[in-house]
Amino acid sequence: MRRRLAPYLLVLPGGVWLLLFFAVPMVTMLSLSLQQGDIVNGYVFTGHWQTYVDAISAYRTQLVRSLMYGGIATIVLIVVSFPVAYWIAFYGGRRKPTYLLLLLLPFFVSFVLRTISWRYILTDDGFVLGPLKDSGLVGASFHILGTPFAVIAGLVYNFLPFMVLPVYVALERIDPRVVEAARDLYASPATTFRKVIFPLALPGVFAGVLMTFVPASSDYVNSAVLGSSSTTMIGQVIQAQYLTNSDYPTASALSFTLMAVLLIGVFAYARALGTEDVMKVAAR
Amino acid sequence: MPPSPGNLPDPALLRGLTQRRLGRRDALRLSGLSALGMALAACGVEGQGEPAASAPPADAVAKYWTGKTSTKKVDFACWPLYMDPEQPELKKFTEETGIKVNYQEVIQEMAPWFAKVQPQLAANQPIGYDLMVITNGIQFKQFKDSGFLAPLDHSKLPNYAKNAAPAYKEEAFDKGNVYSIPWASGITGIAYDPAKIKRPITKLADLWDPAFKGKVGMFSDTQELGNFGMMVLNIDPDASKADDWKKAAEKLKEQKDKGIIRNYYDQSYIDALGKGEVWITQAWSGDVFQKNVSDGTNFKFVIPEEGGTIWTDNMTIPVTAASPLDAITLMDFFYRTDMAASLAEYINYVTPVPSARDQIRKDAEEASGEDKESLEQVADSPLVFPTEADYARLNYYRDFASAAEQQEYQRIFEPIVLG
Amino acid sequence: MTQALEAPAESAAPAAGAVLQRRRLTGGRFLHIYTWLVIIWLVLPVLVMIAFGFNDTPGRYNQSWNGFTFKWYGRVFGIEALTEALIISLSVAIVTMLVAGALGTGIGYALGRYRFRGSGTVNLVMFATMSSPELVMGASLLTLFVSLGVGLGPVTIAIAHIMFSISFVAVVVRSRVLTLDRSIEEAAADLGANAWTTFWRITFPLILPAVGSGMMLAFALSVDDFVVTNFTAGTTTTFPLWIWGATRVGLPPQVNVMGTLIFMVGVLIAVLSSVRARHRRD
Repeated sequence: MRRRLAPYLLVLPGGVWLLLFFAVPMVTMLSLSLQQGDIVNGYVFTGHWQTYVDAISAYRTQLVRSLMYGGIATIVLIVVSFPVAYWIAFYGGRRKPTYLLLLLLPFFVSFVLRTISWRYILTDDGFVLGPLKDSGLVGASFHILGTPFAVIAGLVYNFLPFMVLPVYVALERIDPRVVEAARDLYASPATTFRKVIFPLALPGVFAGVLMTFVPASSDYVNSAVLGSSSTTMIGQVIQAQYLTNSDYPTASALSFTLMAVLLIGVFAYARALGTEDVMKVAAR
Repeated sequence: MPPSPGNLPDPALLRGLTQRRLGRRDALRLSGLSALGMALAACGVEGQGEPAASAPPADAVAKYWTGKTSTKKVDFACWPLYMDPEQPELKKFTEETGIKVNYQEVIQEMAPWFAKVQPQLAANQPIGYDLMVITNGIQFKQFKDSGFLAPLDHSKLPNYAKNAAPAYKEEAFDKGNVYSIPWASGITGIAYDPAKIKRPITKLADLWDPAFKGKVGMFSDTQELGNFGMMVLNIDPDASKADDWKKAAEKLKEQKDKGIIRNYYDQSYIDALGKGEVWITQAWSGDVFQKNVSDGTNFKFVIPEEGGTIWTDNMTIPVTAASPLDAITLMDFFYRTDMAASLAEYINYVTPVPSARDQIRKDAEEASGEDKESLEQVADSPLVFPTEADYARLNYYRDFASAAEQQEYQRIFEPIVLG
Repeated sequence: MTQALEAPAESAAPAAGAVLQRRRLTGGRFLHIYTWLVIIWLVLPVLVMIAFGFNDTPGRYNQSWNGFTFKWYGRVFGIEALTEALIISLSVAIVTMLVAGALGTGIGYALGRYRFRGSGTVNLVMFATMSSPELVMGASLLTLFVSLGVGLGPVTIAIAHIMFSISFVAVVVRSRVLTLDRSIEEAAADLGANAWTTFWRITFPLILPAVGSGMMLAFALSVDDFVVTNFTAGTTTTFPLWIWGATRVGLPPQVNVMGTLIFMVGVLIAVLSSVRARHRRD
């Protein structure tokens, strides 16, 4: 009897904590999105779902823009990370842990500080753009900050390890004899890559996409620091609605919508591959 | 449509209709949904305010202030560019009273400040500050109506009674100065860099000039933005209605869609101007003067022809303050003629103490060279001592009769900033 | 990390090996350079941050380079509000580390060791907390605290941090527990030890390193957290929140100094633990 109780007792404290502070807040958020009132006189639950319609139609652009930036950033991440993961997995040798550590190095600096340092580097008349402008290579009113390019570059920068690591893990697991067998069968490097290596790395890529698309689409720090009002992402809108306008119903409606959109995407994904695989790679 | 207790069928009815025994699972699921429905309905947010009440009951002042003692410390929340970084007035205060002041420039914009402290004040928790300076606008009303401001004991404000200008004792937003006394008044106009913009700027319409594409800044505060949007169309903000707001919003959207706007700013517009990110921007009168003095720049500030906005920043005490007694002593200290003059000399904002003008003239006589010149300028500056004619050109923020009206206003202008 | 790649290279036939070598070299070198470029790009802002901790700024803030000085390292605690923010960050992180460590270890151990009904749900919830957008988690916590009317402050920050750290600790502990050799536990049981003793004297020391890494991971996540903290802090300021608030006026060099020091400590710990791991293996 005691044996069978043990796992439940062990899971109980943590489980209750997650229930109280992860699951219940989702309910209160959903509830608040259906309430009406104002911050001074309080809100009352009325089931007013018109808030969703109003909020989504007012901020539809930002929602789509966020998914787009998140998507572009994720694709760029795959392209940028794959060669790095590949090199470390196949050519890293004894130094693999060192290379992985080097990749993770920037993450010992606070996220906010890193992004602000980038703003510093890319500022209109800073030490990168200043000399370029003086030498005439770029126009006087050229600027990187405030453009979608800067925001997406920031997203790619901040989420790089989340793509490199899963891809690396998947590549590292590939039995080199399989690659050799392909070569023995006269496959060119390109074909070997296309037909053997890439498909085997796919679970890693999928796990990476999972871990980058969601946070990248809902990010607001990169856009706030490196962007301008033309790059506003839904994360900034939600944050402003909560922390500037105190418009809790609109904010909660947008937040819930964003989560629903992303969650549906994630679960469709996980279904397509089988959650186990994804979780296994993600757990590393 | 989300499920609610109202439109879920009774499990017994379902059982009968479907002629199938409802399994335990189904019953659980249904009760789960109805439990969810009840949970959703149960989550409400307590309101704090009674909008009708503007004057507290007569004994509220006595009730609040009995038993308050001095802790010899004040935590003061204020805006940037509202005090000399050397803090000479605060140092003098500590010297004379032994009360230490912790001055923090934590307020950049009114709306985020209210949103930040609201949950704690609503829970009756201290916010870490005993004194805060807030602008007369939507949020001031929200603070007041939520009951977050302590009623002031005017018997502890002798300097205020003696030195404050009559106009500042009759403010519409706080009749009888029950909850606040002014810190400084200011004017929202246009600031620009004459090095980058060769022609003189005189009109609000200049902010819409395509020649300055990508180099224009506007405020992210909806009241500031809305006022300029209305004034450029010659609409009087005080008398404006929802249709006027929509027209103003259209005009502001136009400014954004044409790529004229670089960004919408809070207090940080002055840094953007300094860095050359913007060449011309909506601005607050004293900031430009201070920037020129501290950084040696040469920016200009103008009150546009179509009009500008005048506002008042006020000292208030949050109800959960730990040292309200010391806070109110500090508040009164700034109404001493010499202190008011010292402050105005640095920050260059409209002072509520008229006698400060003579004090500044006296300081000018005693000074020499550059200092003398700048002090004389301050004493004669219409930005620090506006005339009747100046006031006539200036408008207040739109005052709202109800929360619904105010929400409508905000919902019209917010998407411009957030979009 | 396997060394499997070395073996096949040696055992390949000489001709194919030579061809393989040549192909590997050209492809390899290009990728090598590329990897280093990426690493440099990653490290660039860190170098800028460190460099500006040595900037001899005339005023309080870092605007442009003015010359080299060590003085800020002496005055690192010169800004009271910043120091307070750092202390709050560290205190919350320690509490998070301990509580999330305990709660997460329980879950991780249970998931790794036992098969029980509901393990699927637990897995799902953990997956959900790790993949949910931070924005939504923070916002929903704000709505909870506002609905309950409990206010915001260091306690609510800690609650939030513990919440999102539990899953990470659990995952780390679970992977270790999955590889535990049951036979040792069985031997202990055979020798008469009861379940409690077996756990504390045999199992726990074995999983301790994993619990330790989990706790350090929780600590790191907590110190660096910005988004969730922004929603649950109210007027309390943590280190990342202070930096965020200060960027409008300008960042003082003390921030760079503190960032550099935290960075160095983190690197040191990482290097030490990997050196230890390598020693263990040898």
